[in-house]
Amino acid sequence: MKYDLVVVGGGPAGYVGAIRAAQLGKKVACVEKDRAGGTCLNWGCIPTKSLLRNAELYSLLSRRAGDYGLHFEKLTFDWAKIISRSRSVADKLAGGVEYLFKKHKIDYLRVEGAIPRSGVVTYRNGNGKEATAEADKILVSTGCVSKEMPGLEVNGATVLNSHQAMIVERQPKRLIVIGAGAIGIEFAYFFNAFGTEVTVVEMMPNLLPVEDTEVSTTLEKAFTRQGIKFLTGTKVVKAEADKTSARVTVAGKKQETLEGDAVLVAIGVSPIVPAGLEFRRGKGGFVETDETYQTSVPGVYAAGDVIGPPWLAHVAMWEAIQAVDGVFAGHKPKKIKDFPGCTYCQPQVASIGLTERAAKEQGLTYKVGKFPFSANGKALAVGESEGFVKLLIGQPHGEILGAHIIGPEATELIAELGLAMNLEATYEDIEATIHSHPTLSEAIHEATGQAFGLAIHI
Amino acid sequence: MPITIEMPKLSDTMTEGTLVRWIKKVGDKVEVGDVLAEVETDKATMEMEAFDEGTLGEVYVEDGQKAEVGQKLALLLEEGEEAPTNGKADKSVAAGAGPKKGGKDKAPEKQEPPSAEVKQANQEAEGERSEGLEASPMADKEEGEEKPASKTSEHATKPAAGTEPSAKAEPAAAQAEQQVQESAEEEGRVKASPLARKIARELGVELESLSGSGPGGRIVRDDVLAAAKTGSKPGRAEKPSPVPQPQPVAGKEDKRIPLSGMRKGIASRLLEAKTTIPHFYLQAEVNAAPLMQLRKEVNNSLEASGAQSKVTINDFILKATAVAATRVPQANAAFAGDAIIQFANVQLACAVAIDDGLVTPVIREAQRKSLLQISSEIKDLAARARSKKLKPEEYQGGTLTVSNLGSYGVEQFFAIINPPQSLIVSVGAVLKKPVVTERGDLAVGERVILGLSCDHRVVDGAIGAHFLTELKKLIEAPALMLV
Repeated sequence: MKYDLVVVGGGPAGYVGAIRAAQLGKKVACVEKDRAGGTCLNWGCIPTKSLLRNAELYSLLSRRAGDYGLHFEKLTFDWAKIISRSRSVADKLAGGVEYLFKKHKIDYLRVEGAIPRSGVVTYRNGNGKEATAEADKILVSTGCVSKEMPGLEVNGATVLNSHQAMIVERQPKRLIVIGAGAIGIEFAYFFNAFGTEVTVVEMMPNLLPVEDTEVSTTLEKAFTRQGIKFLTGTKVVKAEADKTSARVTVAGKKQETLEGDAVLVAIGVSPIVPAGLEFRRGKGGFVETDETYQTSVPGVYAAGDVIGPPWLAHVAMWEAIQAVDGVFAGHKPKKIKDFPGCTYCQPQVASIGLTERAAKEQGLTYKVGKFPFSANGKALAVGESEGFVKLLIGQPHGEILGAHIIGPEATELIAELGLAMNLEATYEDIEATIHSHPTLSEAIHEATGQAFGLAIHI
Repeated sequence: MPITIEMPKLSDTMTEGTLVRWIKKVGDKVEVGDVLAEVETDKATMEMEAFDEGTLGEVYVEDGQKAEVGQKLALLLEEGEEAPTNGKADKSVAAGAGPKKGGKDKAPEKQEPPSAEVKQANQEAEGERSEGLEASPMADKEEGEEKPASKTSEHATKPAAGTEPSAKAEPAAAQAEQQVQESAEEEGRVKASPLARKIARELGVELESLSGSGPGGRIVRDDVLAAAKTGSKPGRAEKPSPVPQPQPVAGKEDKRIPLSGMRKGIASRLLEAKTTIPHFYLQAEVNAAPLMQLRKEVNNSLEASGAQSKVTINDFILKATAVAATRVPQANAAFAGDAIIQFANVQLACAVAIDDGLVTPVIREAQRKSLLQISSEIKDLAARARSKKLKPEEYQGGTLTVSNLGSYGVEQFFAIINPPQSLIVSVGAVLKKPVVTERGDLAVGERVILGLSCDHRVVDGAIGAHFLTELKKLIEAPALMLV
């Protein structure tokens, strides 16, 4: 079969790239070894959001019901049901992607593909025979897997990666989380909410090290209140696990050995590169691409996690569209610049653009506009007044250099700042926009005002 | 979409012109750059070129007839298009002066009923709107939808930018509403981000001349910065020169050096400056002896205090220029079309020669800075200019310039004004010369010749002279700079 485009890997980059090419009237196939939707839909973003919703509800009802005048005699939960709800959400969405493939007449080949040379994708068909799909262009979007830690072989019981953590059959009583990036933090919150004793170990000085330091320290305070232990600036020096428990020796302020029923390794990801061609690879083994997303092999393009950080589904989707539009629509592709990053623990964390650290390092002139949710009517009304909005406003032109939100619905609120940055709006534009009252979004409005001494409610 | 061709404004003072003769006839194919007709203005007879391609569909003004600037002359048709009937066209022309909605009402079958927003847009656009540099993206959209045909036609023939279409140029294109709407999408409005607008205003970049790299062709900051950096104005604003210029031919042994972005910028900016700014020149010979003496003392004292750097003659002249500019604020000004902008601060540019050209980094608010501050700042700026590490904001926004060729031994010269500034000081070498002293004796003096190039639209002879006298006084008695 001859195609205009064969996409290898059906995750956010792959399925979006395939659909866009089909929209442009191209004949497209998508080769996926697991299930359409990739890590995001099946083993990442979506199922964890389902788990976190359970955690959020249970945490609210078990810990703070009294604040709302609610009282429960015997509040319990069903672990198996929590997991199965998450799985059914993932299944539903993966089915949705398969439906979209059909709708756009994309050939969906649920097999592992290899790329022996430009223009050819091979796979084993139903009879185990080698089959070939010819392609004018190939898009590699094979994604990533969790990195393993020496000494800790993942076994699904006492040593978990994120994939296994979201389907773990028995809730661990004590969990050690290695790595305080978004994945580590979300699982720490999830397990803690249901009563697991969680200790997070992070090499860098703060939780969520990529975020603005003020956000990290605010999250650290919130986690302390929630009873999540964390050791920052701490390295793992030795780790071992058997069938019943895991022991991790760490060196930070002091050297100590942590013991848990399980350890979750969340220390980053490595690329999955399809067999066949040798691509030029960069740091960490990620596939290198040029300005048009073309790999070192002409005619073979790559997008998504496999081309390196940031490993985010929305970035992968965007990259795939850039690449495909570049190939088939004569559009000049762009590389990622400003992208939002979200962590769905409570309080939520979301950001876009530069942190204050980065702005300082770059020697930029800026003003900070900050507004706490404790002065926001809606936040007080719903009882979620932890956190703040922090904006970095460039001087002298007033453009938004970065936005950092920690607090209720931060991950939804960040969209406004994404739009503002993409449109190159200045703080005056946000300031001049009416934000409805009472909403959490007023905190953004007030933060722009606060930078210039014009905030009303603080 | 049919493109309306209007009487272009070929000179600043032109209000009407005579269509001497049509060179293209109805039915002729027209390529971009083809001469359509000869037009006689108050000053000369000129050729009117086509800025779009198509077929000349219809002609409304015959050979020898006069037409006001902006009046409809002809219709250019794209492939497959037919000229509208005369009746319709006439009607639209007549309706042109009336309310804009009239045109639409006459062709209701071609037009969806306007939505609430469109209605509002119509009302808002009734009032005259400036070119939209201040307007928001939505406002531009409204404008684009509101005056599509006039915008299109402006683009089609007008060689002189920045002229408002007259009432007679109102859309006559009700018959092609849909297509015109599309053309407006492409060409009518200037889509630019708020940040890009702000920076463009500061750097004097014309947004109309840029093509945007943002979503939907929006002009974003980087487009403006890139344009400011190269000084080039890509896109439709680039007008073909009316008279073909003789081109040099490179022989086998000659070297053909492609233009760098900087060289292009210098070429276009200085050509524009020299040809569009009414320059005049003043010159004065100045006694540099006191300044040389003071410089020696300052440098001795700097050396004694262990400072590494020395103060140059140019540093003194920069300082003196900054002070003189505050004493004669009329000289620290720029021509802004319908106004003169007198700047509150002296943003003092200084020409620095670098490989393949020159840049003029700017000492911000130079009037507030001490001699030593100016000295160290210009050293830093010049060093970074030579290694091409200046940021655009460091060489944009100057209000007047000092150019010094003294170190090359040049006695005197007159530099070309650096637009949009109105003044440039040209500094020659300090030379020993025989001078007649106050007592009438001959003595050896140290002299420097200062040249002043002024934009007469802003700086009249007396103001220029006043400025030059102040500058001379400050250099001859440097202690006055402290006062």
